[in-house]
Amino acid sequence: MRGMRERRGVSGPLRRVATFLAVPVTLILLWEGYKWLWETAGWTWPFPVNDTTMPHLYSIVEAFWQPTTTGGPPLIHPLLHAAWFTAKEAIAGFVLGGIVGFVLAVLLAHFRLLERGLLPFVVGSQTVPILAIAPMVVVGLGSKGVQGWQSVAILAAWLTFFPVAINTLRGLKSPDPRAIELMESYAASQWSVLWRLRVPASLPFIFTALRISATASVIGAIIGETPASIQDGLGGAIVNFNQYYSLEPTFLWATNVVCAALGLVFVALVVVAERVVVRRAPEHFA
Amino acid sequence: MFVVVLLLWQGLTTAFDVQTFLLPKPTDIAHSFWDNKSLLWHNGLYTLKEAVGGFALGSGLGILVALLLARFRVVGAAFMPFAIAANAVPIIAFAPITNNWFGLLNPFSKMAIAAVLCFFPTMVNTLRGLTSVHPSSIELMRSYGGGETATFRYVRIPSSLPFMFTGLKIAAVLSMIGAIVGEYFGGPTNALGVSILNDTQVFDFPRAWAGIVLASVFGICFYGVVALAEHYTTSWHPSSRSFGGE
Amino acid sequence: MSVGSTSSAVSVRGVSKTFRTGTTALAGIDLEVEPGEFVSLIGPSGCGKSTLLRIVGDLVGPSSGQVFVNGKPAHRARLDHDYGIVFQDSVLYDWRTVAKNVSLPLEMLGWSRAQRKARVEEMLDLVELRGFESSRPWQLSGGMQQRVSIARALSFDPSLLLMDEPFGALDEMTRERLNLELLRIWEKAGSTVIFVTHSIPEAVFLSTRVVVMSARPGRVAEIVTVDLPRPRGVATREDARFFELVTAVREALAAGHAPSQTLATGEVF
Repeated sequence: MRGMRERRGVSGPLRRVATFLAVPVTLILLWEGYKWLWETAGWTWPFPVNDTTMPHLYSIVEAFWQPTTTGGPPLIHPLLHAAWFTAKEAIAGFVLGGIVGFVLAVLLAHFRLLERGLLPFVVGSQTVPILAIAPMVVVGLGSKGVQGWQSVAILAAWLTFFPVAINTLRGLKSPDPRAIELMESYAASQWSVLWRLRVPASLPFIFTALRISATASVIGAIIGETPASIQDGLGGAIVNFNQYYSLEPTFLWATNVVCAALGLVFVALVVVAERVVVRRAPEHFA
Repeated sequence: MFVVVLLLWQGLTTAFDVQTFLLPKPTDIAHSFWDNKSLLWHNGLYTLKEAVGGFALGSGLGILVALLLARFRVVGAAFMPFAIAANAVPIIAFAPITNNWFGLLNPFSKMAIAAVLCFFPTMVNTLRGLTSVHPSSIELMRSYGGGETATFRYVRIPSSLPFMFTGLKIAAVLSMIGAIVGEYFGGPTNALGVSILNDTQVFDFPRAWAGIVLASVFGICFYGVVALAEHYTTSWHPSSRSFGGE
Repeated sequence: MSVGSTSSAVSVRGVSKTFRTGTTALAGIDLEVEPGEFVSLIGPSGCGKSTLLRIVGDLVGPSSGQVFVNGKPAHRARLDHDYGIVFQDSVLYDWRTVAKNVSLPLEMLGWSRAQRKARVEEMLDLVELRGFESSRPWQLSGGMQQRVSIARALSFDPSLLLMDEPFGALDEMTRERLNLELLRIWEKAGSTVIFVTHSIPEAVFLSTRVVVMSARPGRVAEIVTVDLPRPRGVATREDARFFELVTAVREALAAGHAPSQTLATGEVF
């Protein structure tokens, strides 16, 4: 349409890089601009702006190299350890939830009766705000001797299994009835139909769910750690640095940056896996 | 179905004498609810206000941004990968920061979290609706001498309503969860999330669960209100009139 | 270059179109359409007939050449609402009733509610859909939806009607019935029609002239004048002359598949 001129040659990819960089650059400018304007004008709505509430972006970046305790390692070390701890919980839950979801979907696809009976429960399980009961689950299981990280992993698994189950089910049922008739004309067994036709057809659906679940697992892990005061993960780091916010605000911000990065890494891994397995570009919005 | 679940729950927990810490008997929860109903109700309303406020703010902004991005496609195309990436960020982790901005006891700190959670689903879905227009429709508008504005007014905006409501329904559910979980990071004692957390930490599980049940009910009601609005405004859409639509 | 002859409804001069992808859709089209004519564009897939229609409607810009509608440049004609367009897809809006769908262009033109109501009734009478004002598009059959689309296209009395395979998605019987309807509407409305189709019998049945286009890059291979008497009816399809003309068009199409084809206007027989 109008306004979209095409450029060829070197300016083409250069243009793309420029457009891609334009967004973060704009955001950085917005942040610093807002900060400068609000501080100069002295406005206090919606919240007072100063170096504590809105540290300079470069201060946040600098913070990664600051030691947290006198003579201790720079912030980035404990943060990375915490991230890895949380990541392990999230991965454990993600894998567990994914397997359970997949198996459940296969069962539901093959046994109509089971589907009718169980599907409402499966859907109903999602009306319970899992994140909201996270503290209860972790504290409760903890008092029974279940290790903190395990409860968190279970939480992540719960958040994963539903999208995976529903999407896998949809995917398993998606092949054209005629494709199924073709397999049956080859006297293929149900097992064969499953693995040769239904599962490959359901892969795009599964990956869509996995992308959602990847984020959900990370969120679940962080939330699960926080109220139960599990010190070793990112949730613990958040609670910790929150207490020292007035002394050193940049640490909490840095932790949030790491949380965001963890979420992004997880999703990126799923996207890469999708490209490798399905060998086509993952769905994009709009 | 739901009744069966309840009965099963009651039966199993009684039969196996499951420790009340994790899954109290429904009757225990009901008792606790009844005993504390006025307290729970007030706390619930407080949190609901945060959720609704966040919903209004976040979704409103989401719709506005979607309109802008649909109108200025180049900007939209540049922003899209970042919007998708933003979905992967655990926004809840920012709760302590909003607490520091607005104050722990200020409901706006939780409203802000709910708002951010509502922004993305609404924005993405509305944008998708605004841009999923049949190309012939655009040609039709141009044949009438209409430009972008006419296309927006007569075609894009009406056809985006079903998509927008999909986003709004997601946001409704997220707003309540966001408010409660945000409160887990700290808040006034008359907030539902805070009281649930406190109950958990003193092992008063029946009352904690009663709080959760109330939160779920509020969440479902909120969703229902949005769904009702959807029904009245988009009854023309195929998904509303087909049998067994998704 | 004169500013378009005042007598032609549509004047296409030396129009070519090459898309950014490099495909040349049209290579030098010259065509004059007289007011009140019913002209069909027919040709093999990819010959550019839909593109040509869109160039006339200023929905696509030509790479070279000029188009005049009612003596004005196509761009001006579009902004002056000189034509109505009907697509293969009826493009009706589910959130509007049939009546509101028909009145859409009138709303855009700023007609008052009373005027709109009167005109909508008139139009629905014309396409014989009185009584369906409050129905919704999905409640109508494909044929009925296209009739609504036609009503909408004619609602603001344009002198030109552009139609892009409007009956292509319908079954044969509905198509034949709608052909009769279209002729009746056309005679009543008195507009000029440019009609793109894949169907030879349809083209011959409806038109005063059939413009046969060659394969890509599209050129005018031949123009067949259809001298069948009007009003045409069911019996016309069984006329011997009808079959002759259909054969003539078919042969012209086959000949047009040859890469180089000199422009040949002229009557057959």
